[in-house]
Amino acid sequence: MSTFTLQVNGRSHEVDAAPETPLLWVLRDNLDLVGTKFGCGIGQCAACTVHLDGTPARACLTPVSAVGSAKVTTIEGLSPDGQHPLQRAWCELDVAQCGYCQPGQLMSAAALLAHNPSPSDADIDEAMAGNLCRCATYFRIRAGIHRAAELLAAGRETRA
Amino acid sequence: MSATLRAPLGRRSFLKLATLAGGGLVLGYYVRPSGMAQVVKPDVEKTDGLFIPNAFLRIAADGSVTVYSPRPEVGQGIKTSLPMIIAEELGADWRRVEVVSAPLDAAFGPQFAGGSMSTPMSYTAMRQVGAAARTMLVEAAAQTWGVPANECVAGEGAVRHAPSGRSLKFGDLVAKASALPVPAEGSVVLKDPKDFTLLGKRIGGVDNPRVVTGQPLFGIDQKRPGMVHAVYEKSPVWGARPLSANLDHVKALPGVVDAFAIDRTVPEGQLTGLVPGVAIVATSTWAAFSARNELKVTWKEGRLPNSSWDDFARQARELARAPAGSPGVSEDRRDGDVDKAFAGAAHVLEAAYAYPFISHTNLEPQNCLVHVQGDRAEIWAPTQNPDGARKLAAQVLGFAPENVKVNITRIGGGFGRRLDSDPVAEAAAISQRLGVPVKLLWDRANDLQHDHYRPGGFHFLKGAVDPQGALSAWRSHHVSFGSNMGADEYPARFVPNFALLSSTLDNGVPQGPWRAPGSCTYAWVICSFLDELAHAAGRDPVKFNLALLGEGDMVPGTGPRGRPYNAARMRSVLREVAEKSGWGKTLPRGRGMGLGYFFSHQGYIAEVAEVTVTPAGELRVDRVVAAVDVGSQIVNLSGAENQVQGSVTDGLNAAWRQELDIKQGRVVQSNFHEYPMLRIADAPRSIEIHFVKSDYPPTGLGEPALPPLAPAVCNAIFAATGKRVRQLPISRTDLSWS
Repeated sequence: MSTFTLQVNGRSHEVDAAPETPLLWVLRDNLDLVGTKFGCGIGQCAACTVHLDGTPARACLTPVSAVGSAKVTTIEGLSPDGQHPLQRAWCELDVAQCGYCQPGQLMSAAALLAHNPSPSDADIDEAMAGNLCRCATYFRIRAGIHRAAELLAAGRETRA
Repeated sequence: MSATLRAPLGRRSFLKLATLAGGGLVLGYYVRPSGMAQVVKPDVEKTDGLFIPNAFLRIAADGSVTVYSPRPEVGQGIKTSLPMIIAEELGADWRRVEVVSAPLDAAFGPQFAGGSMSTPMSYTAMRQVGAAARTMLVEAAAQTWGVPANECVAGEGAVRHAPSGRSLKFGDLVAKASALPVPAEGSVVLKDPKDFTLLGKRIGGVDNPRVVTGQPLFGIDQKRPGMVHAVYEKSPVWGARPLSANLDHVKALPGVVDAFAIDRTVPEGQLTGLVPGVAIVATSTWAAFSARNELKVTWKEGRLPNSSWDDFARQARELARAPAGSPGVSEDRRDGDVDKAFAGAAHVLEAAYAYPFISHTNLEPQNCLVHVQGDRAEIWAPTQNPDGARKLAAQVLGFAPENVKVNITRIGGGFGRRLDSDPVAEAAAISQRLGVPVKLLWDRANDLQHDHYRPGGFHFLKGAVDPQGALSAWRSHHVSFGSNMGADEYPARFVPNFALLSSTLDNGVPQGPWRAPGSCTYAWVICSFLDELAHAAGRDPVKFNLALLGEGDMVPGTGPRGRPYNAARMRSVLREVAEKSGWGKTLPRGRGMGLGYFFSHQGYIAEVAEVTVTPAGELRVDRVVAAVDVGSQIVNLSGAENQVQGSVTDGLNAAWRQELDIKQGRVVQSNFHEYPMLRIADAPRSIEIHFVKSDYPPTGLGEPALPPLAPAVCNAIFAATGKRVRQLPISRTDLSWS
């Protein structure tokens, strides 16, 4: 066991864990942040997607010892009030079915919108290719990302 | 709740009051599977200041309404839709309704989620629940004003007296309503559906805000103080038992609390439930997973350690060649004279269809949290079948079922897998040994290799079209792994000369219900072969199938267990889908439209797929149009559309690339890298849904929109390329053309 200091959702946490422990299990077991989901353990389903310094990463393949000082953002920290444009769009369009994959979908989509605020269908296909949805809500995930892009644009106009 | 409290207290009363010391009102309510209600005394701890007309409802003095949603949420939207039905009849303001998942309790009636049965079983009962409470609130308002109750109307969380323009909010009526007698059985009047203000609208899932912020909703998210983490390793060869294991080594690994073998089967002799294996218990998930990597077990392998898919296929071909009346071939139906009809036919076709075993692959891996203390147990489980989970856990533990409490969590995908409770049994056995809360978690390999699979199957078909272009004979031999096609399976009863044969392979593979069991594969076989016959006869597939359905309305089932088939409802969705899809339009080579239709889980559904196949054989499903008849009323339009969109896409997911191989008595695949699942780029971009309303009670949508998709796509591939897909997954067929 070793002690690691992690920056998660804007807070500093000290955790005791074996160095090879995937960040996924540190988040879920040590920090009670269970929004990040386990699906495959080998980076094939992306239910565990978090951001490391804003870049999407598979928490199941990221050893806690490799996180270092990177800022970790999980679904719980995507927005302070659950009102990220993607979260609003997901509720407005009733995207989820079982909902298990949706935190990972949202984190991948948030990283996409952060650098491409108006993605095309092809951009969405590329950015979201890693995320499985077993309920196959892809139709609404695509619509949800386009809707969030509209909300983002509207928000920018309001502020301007 | 003890057993005696569940006994009916009154026969003539629909609902019955019981006053508690605190002055509150308590009513219980048991909804029988028939939808009939019986009164019981419920287990309500404290009722001060609340109007609790039955187990499903609580109305507080501030007007807030709490609805207990009785059935597990697997993504089918039932946690939202059943409370909507109560709220509609109650006249509640939906924005002020809080929905809570009910625990397993007889007061809530049947609580499983399976077979698309929740809506048909609960629709009328939920209306009665809401209507009974509304009747009491209206009576309370009428008495307050001294006016006749029939001049008062409930809606938007208040009762209004139209002639005088007065109104009282539900919260203001709580005290008075609680003191009223309950409406007598039969006196509660349900709303006229034309007055519905909530049902049929698009309403977002009640848990959406919690889903998108990652709240701990699922079974895997549950925690208890002092909890330990467990894994349970079983032999990849089904039916095996542990002979020895390096338990001393495993127990010395970091974080490991205990490691031990479990060598008994509950229920005795079955491949499901508690099967033998080795448990590892640790202080964290990762410690348990890591320790398992070092576990070495010697297994006594099961009864069929050398079974393989290739050998099953060989046996099926041999059975298909055996003459009628051979051992192992049974005749399940015979109408008319099939051989004579073949002899006099204009076109005769033979074809062999096959599909593989596939997995449920719930994205939330199987898991369960159990705390056994003395002679009692409490369970937190993502189960579609909480009562079955309780009974199995009780059997494993040697407890009376009433000593086992079940909390129902949200479920990360059901698809039928979680009607079976093997993870519950395993967690219960482990917690019983340790006496602390145990969370058991399977990994993806456990899930793929110990699923209760959708069975593969082989169908050997021969069909004939007469000189007038009508289907005149059909002979089908289904070689199955245990579940044979029923004698009424379509197109039985619609073809004058019809023979259905079946055989069962000895296999030892654990199997269970997968979304639209039976139909999910039969529809593909039947509608594909019908398409072959239509093309052989040079007839348009829509016209050919409409003619096959005939002119009748309800076609009765055969025998006491037969299934009636409403041909008029099916013709109606066929016509609708043809019209809405633009059926018959001319498309260039490499593009095509195909039809699939099936009666499944009480729904009549037809789908047209439009596909593009490149000369290199790359498939794209451009558009799917669905015509759906699930009765007179859509409960939640958003949820209903979501189920059809998901079923269409999941149907493509299953048919396109999914396949498990069986070698040496085990499934070869262990994770998604070997078991390709559909990704967003391959999902249909356009899915159009047309609900066709009929005068029949509302039925479910978790399953019936899936079966027509695979044949619609495969028939479209034929139209585009001339290539017939007779083997699933579709990826096994070279679709290239020039």
